[in-house]
Amino acid sequence: MAGITSYGAYIPRYRIDHNTIFSAVGFLGTFPSPGEKAVANWDEDTLSVAVAAAIDCLNGMEREKVDGLYFGTTTQPYMLRQNSAIIAAALDLQSNVRTADFVGSAKSGTGALLAAFDAVKGGDASNVLVCTSDCRAGKPGGSQEHLYGDGAAALLLGNDGVIATLEGSYSVSYDFPDRWKSSGEKFEHAWEDRFIRDSGFSRIIPEAISGLLNKYNLTIQDFAKVAYPCLYPREHAGIAKRLGADPSQIQESMLATVGDTGSASPLMMLVAALEDAKPGDKILVASFGNGSDALFCQVTDGIAKVGHRHGIKNNLAYKKELTSYERYLAFRNLAPMEMGMRGEEGAATPMSTLFRERKMVLALCGSKCKRCGTPQYPPQRVCVNPDCGAIDEMEEYRFSDKKGTLFTYTGDNLAASIDPPAMYGFIDFEGGGRSWFDLTDCDLDSVKVGLPVEMSFRRRYVDEVRGVHGYSWKATPARP
Amino acid sequence: MAEGIKNKVAIIGMGCTKFGELWDKGAQDLMVDAFKEVIEDAGIEKKDIQAAWFGTHFEEHSVGKGATPLATTLKLPFLPVTRVENFCATGSEALRGACYAVAAGAYDIALALGVEKLKDTGYGGLPGGASIMGTTARLIAPNMTAPGSFAMMATRYFAQYGLSPEEGKNMLAKVSSKSHHNGALNPKAHLRREVSVEQILNAPIIAWPLGLFDCCGVSDGSAAAIVTRADMAKKFRTDPVYVKALQIAVSSGEELMYNTWDGSHVETTTRAAAKAYEEAAIKNPREEVSMAEVHDCFSITEAVTMEDMQFSPRGRVKEDIDAGRFNLDGEQPIQTDGGLKCFGHPIGASGLRMMYEMYKQLQGKAGERQVKNPKFGVTHNLGGFPAQNVISMFIVGL
Repeated sequence: MAGITSYGAYIPRYRIDHNTIFSAVGFLGTFPSPGEKAVANWDEDTLSVAVAAAIDCLNGMEREKVDGLYFGTTTQPYMLRQNSAIIAAALDLQSNVRTADFVGSAKSGTGALLAAFDAVKGGDASNVLVCTSDCRAGKPGGSQEHLYGDGAAALLLGNDGVIATLEGSYSVSYDFPDRWKSSGEKFEHAWEDRFIRDSGFSRIIPEAISGLLNKYNLTIQDFAKVAYPCLYPREHAGIAKRLGADPSQIQESMLATVGDTGSASPLMMLVAALEDAKPGDKILVASFGNGSDALFCQVTDGIAKVGHRHGIKNNLAYKKELTSYERYLAFRNLAPMEMGMRGEEGAATPMSTLFRERKMVLALCGSKCKRCGTPQYPPQRVCVNPDCGAIDEMEEYRFSDKKGTLFTYTGDNLAASIDPPAMYGFIDFEGGGRSWFDLTDCDLDSVKVGLPVEMSFRRRYVDEVRGVHGYSWKATPARP
Repeated sequence: MAEGIKNKVAIIGMGCTKFGELWDKGAQDLMVDAFKEVIEDAGIEKKDIQAAWFGTHFEEHSVGKGATPLATTLKLPFLPVTRVENFCATGSEALRGACYAVAAGAYDIALALGVEKLKDTGYGGLPGGASIMGTTARLIAPNMTAPGSFAMMATRYFAQYGLSPEEGKNMLAKVSSKSHHNGALNPKAHLRREVSVEQILNAPIIAWPLGLFDCCGVSDGSAAAIVTRADMAKKFRTDPVYVKALQIAVSSGEELMYNTWDGSHVETTTRAAAKAYEEAAIKNPREEVSMAEVHDCFSITEAVTMEDMQFSPRGRVKEDIDAGRFNLDGEQPIQTDGGLKCFGHPIGASGLRMMYEMYKQLQGKAGERQVKNPKFGVTHNLGGFPAQNVISMFIVGL
């Protein structure tokens, strides 16, 4: 039976306390509830965090068997240039993969999941990867600023090795105008909170969940966990009460630890529920955004076979406080920062080069000499081993999933960076291969020669003049 | 059997402008200034020059591409002029072209001139970073600057030889302080003041562990040489300077992409130096080389170059630095003119500027900086990054 065969998640390392935001711009808004939210680093965006969750999900899985990738978000970097195709390229998926973007609503994540479920159930696809992420910026001083957090989840769907069977769904759709954004706008607009709460969350989520229960002749007590988002903590509990659920059944919303991650939120809660699930557990998930998708799954014995995942728990524990609101503004490009004339330089992205070298740039593929076995990056036609030198005896070799150690490094204050010093160094890969890479998610004081590192797909630059979001791989300290 | 270049070419004239932040001079002005000095020193006229080599690196920031900037600025009368570019070895590359042309017998008298106008970029440091390595590197290479790329060699050197950051930085501070002492004595240098080890250690960090004074200046300047066949040299002057060896070595990609390079030496310098000593028949460089102008773009570069050139044993340059071996009054003075440290590094000019100092020293015309009875002088340029670069090396003597 079709279902989930693997899961993964990603939460950016930086967290900012609601009070840090309030102390900077509190004069503009109401006092926020206690808590913190996850903040994407300056070189992270919706696509890079989705790739990170996908890598977590694909750990130990056969990525060459993935034949579909559906991506759900409300903050896709590109309006034209398929975002899911960029994710598929970064993951080094085969080219015969069906990719699709699901956008425009916070229920895009569940929409992608249900479409993937249909494809797998119907037999059109065997292994579909569902990625969902959001990095939403609220206007400084507004409530969205501290409510919205950045994060991503990924689920692999298939018919073999299922860890949770997908059992069914029930959807409702309303043109509920709680929030909206036109093409080209940076920030959302929202109607009054009380309207969103009373006519939105507290009506639409129960309607979808009740519809699901009726459709499949179930009661709320049949579920080990019930997961749904709600921006208002008191109403989140109120919905549970109205559904007749015990508080222990309700999946924690992460509103005070990660923030509301938009389209990623329901599936991040599902991943958190799966981390604690036992075989036989039923888990109900509902999204919210212009209606709601409610769906449920039943955990199988396969859950015990899931390998190491960063998932939600490890990601929640791996964090660094961002103590400066001003740096947060700089990271999110919410304040014009002086980068110097050096920072203003920048040539156009050569798109034909990027396409020709897509494996090298986006998938971090190098080559491995078939004669001497030396891995090398970037890919070479002439083997770099001075005792070999074979010509055109290479096979493709992917470095993105290889661990490495830091051979040397620096923290550079001259290089133009939004977060100086710019960190970079040489990486020696396990199994061979060496190159230089930017370092990220680390500080000069915390790195040393020999540090274990792993590779991370990051946003390299945004060329606003030419409308280009550029990506490449960087090294980060290996996460526990 | 290849014969090499030893004693086939002589330098009979040199010119060098004052280096500095020359807001009132363009690249063309600098070229004319260097040219006036070089032909006067050689005692020749423009019409005597049969061919010219022109070195400039960041042509987009100053003169533009090709050989025409030299020819049109100096009004060279339809001569064969070649423009060369080879990273920071560009100036030496111009001289190399002129030397081989004369050695081949193609010409009797050739001009080499290098120039760089760096102070029209609008910011400190060199332009470029990863972008100088081409379009694909621009898509994947780190956000790297020159100080950062060499700082990684310092990090590696400290780790490999067990130096604490304090010990390592102290060693490097002595390298820079020594050069500042020499530069203060040189009217053509850009930076002309003594700087103490303490001041160097307290300076702001540019790229960890390198601070401000670990980095060379960024300057404008030009330098030039006139070369001729060795057998004609004495017709022009009594004290021509002869080329004893001329080597370049270029990275194979091994340092950056293969896992064997230790990151704390420069492989190209090591190889070029060994070949140069063989060409010049120098058996013991530590004893026989009287003085050198090496590529001290950063203090760490000079330190490892002392080992790569066999002036100091591997991993033990600190002992020689501490003992003052490379000071002006030491056993083997290095950067007698103040080096890149005090001249800055107008890329196309630097190799020729170094040769200017060796030439003057060998002729006994270095004034307060004069080294006693020099026999062999060495110039050395490192262009690119420690892991991927072009090295040039000259050995000259009387």
